[in-house]
Amino acid sequence: MVTTVPSQAATVAYDVAAGTPDPELPMVTVADLGILRAVDVTGDGVQVTITPTYSGCPAMREIGADITRRLARAGFDRVTVRTQLAPAWTTDWITADGRRKLAAAGIAPPAAAPRGDGPVPLTLGLPAPARCPRCGSASTRRTAEFSATACKSLYRCGECGEPFEAVKPL
Amino acid sequence: MSTDHDNPYDLLGDDHDDGHRWAFGTGFTDPLQGIDTRVPDGLDAAALARQCLALGDDALIYSHRLQQWVTRMPELEEETAIANIALDLLGQARMLLARAGAILGQTEDQLAFFRAEKDFRNMSLAEHADADFAELAGRLLIFSAWRLALFTELSAAPDPVLAAIAAKGVNELTYHRDYAAQWVVRLGDGTEESHARMQRALATLWPLAGELFQPDPDAAGLTGRASADRGSFDALIDLVLAAAGLDRPEAAAPPAASYAGVGGRSGRDGVHTEAMGYILAELQSVARAHPGATW
Repeated sequence: MVTTVPSQAATVAYDVAAGTPDPELPMVTVADLGILRAVDVTGDGVQVTITPTYSGCPAMREIGADITRRLARAGFDRVTVRTQLAPAWTTDWITADGRRKLAAAGIAPPAAAPRGDGPVPLTLGLPAPARCPRCGSASTRRTAEFSATACKSLYRCGECGEPFEAVKPL
Repeated sequence: MSTDHDNPYDLLGDDHDDGHRWAFGTGFTDPLQGIDTRVPDGLDAAALARQCLALGDDALIYSHRLQQWVTRMPELEEETAIANIALDLLGQARMLLARAGAILGQTEDQLAFFRAEKDFRNMSLAEHADADFAELAGRLLIFSAWRLALFTELSAAPDPVLAAIAAKGVNELTYHRDYAAQWVVRLGDGTEESHARMQRALATLWPLAGELFQPDPDAAGLTGRASADRGSFDALIDLVLAAAGLDRPEAAAPPAASYAGVGGRSGRDGVHTEAMGYILAELQSVARAHPGATW
């Protein structure tokens, strides 16, 4: 067990949990993505609260296991991971740092997510073009709404000709 | 950047609390882990369980039908799209079945794999076998437009767990509906052949939409409405069909005999079409052959 005073332990535990890489996008951490909602240290151990990105995201299980394992290595042997569903995760929670890391890895970060009350409007046209993470051009075209994961779309840049992935605003 | 995670596959060999992980996505845990699933005072727990079961079954059976399209789609891009949509619905099914299970004292797996056909509450639309890609697009449009409207209302349900599941689902159903609507427009406004097939698909599917709007007393107790609003659903479908140059089939068209239900009872009452037996045989056979197996 970590024997530091509680406030220090809480800071250490948060930093260790926050540094956990996302299994699908290992260039960003769970804190960068906004998945990590809270880390609480009590006499009963560490309670980590995470929120799923998508209802069916198979990485949630891995993320919980990875956080537990990293905390165990840091000396926290009593860790519980709990899920928090509300409010629902949005790509707006991806931090500025996370956006920079995504772009540096060739993945266009998401635009602001559409929000509104009442019936959700239907979209029949193409979305606003994502900016090419390689050359910065806005002259890009979406080639597929989905990519290897639900959270990304496929684009091609009209300027440099390179295909790239973009995180969908959600 | 941490160096102990350069190869995520290295982690698979690690011993975890459950010891059942042999690949990513295995070693399932309760999707509602750590969530307070007590039913709020004054709420009819049995009705809430029935409602979660019905909505969970719609997603589970529809997801299975979409999974059957994987490796058969016309393009790789559509392959990933359908697989992702099926995964979203499976995720919704897991949470909804777990929510029902918390009330009924059963796990999501017991509900998915060990219930008999008559105990499944999904709509006929969810179990329909798509004859071609036009039916796939049309069915997904009808299903996701209806479910999105319903989930928007359920986001304010008095049960906070169901409300959270619904609010999360709204984001996903929005792009499911857009994806389907865009394909209906492309096919309807495409070649003579694609137009004809899209129109034919609508004629087959439209009778199935009626069941979605049957008054449901359980829903009324949760949202104050007995069904999603048919008028705004029809208006949305008309918007898509106008862009596609397609005609909405006559509402008065008699439903195909196999979808008429029996004595006024249909999917929500556990009365299913012939297709359902084949779906469950495929869905449940492994779990039933190996009781207690984990994955």
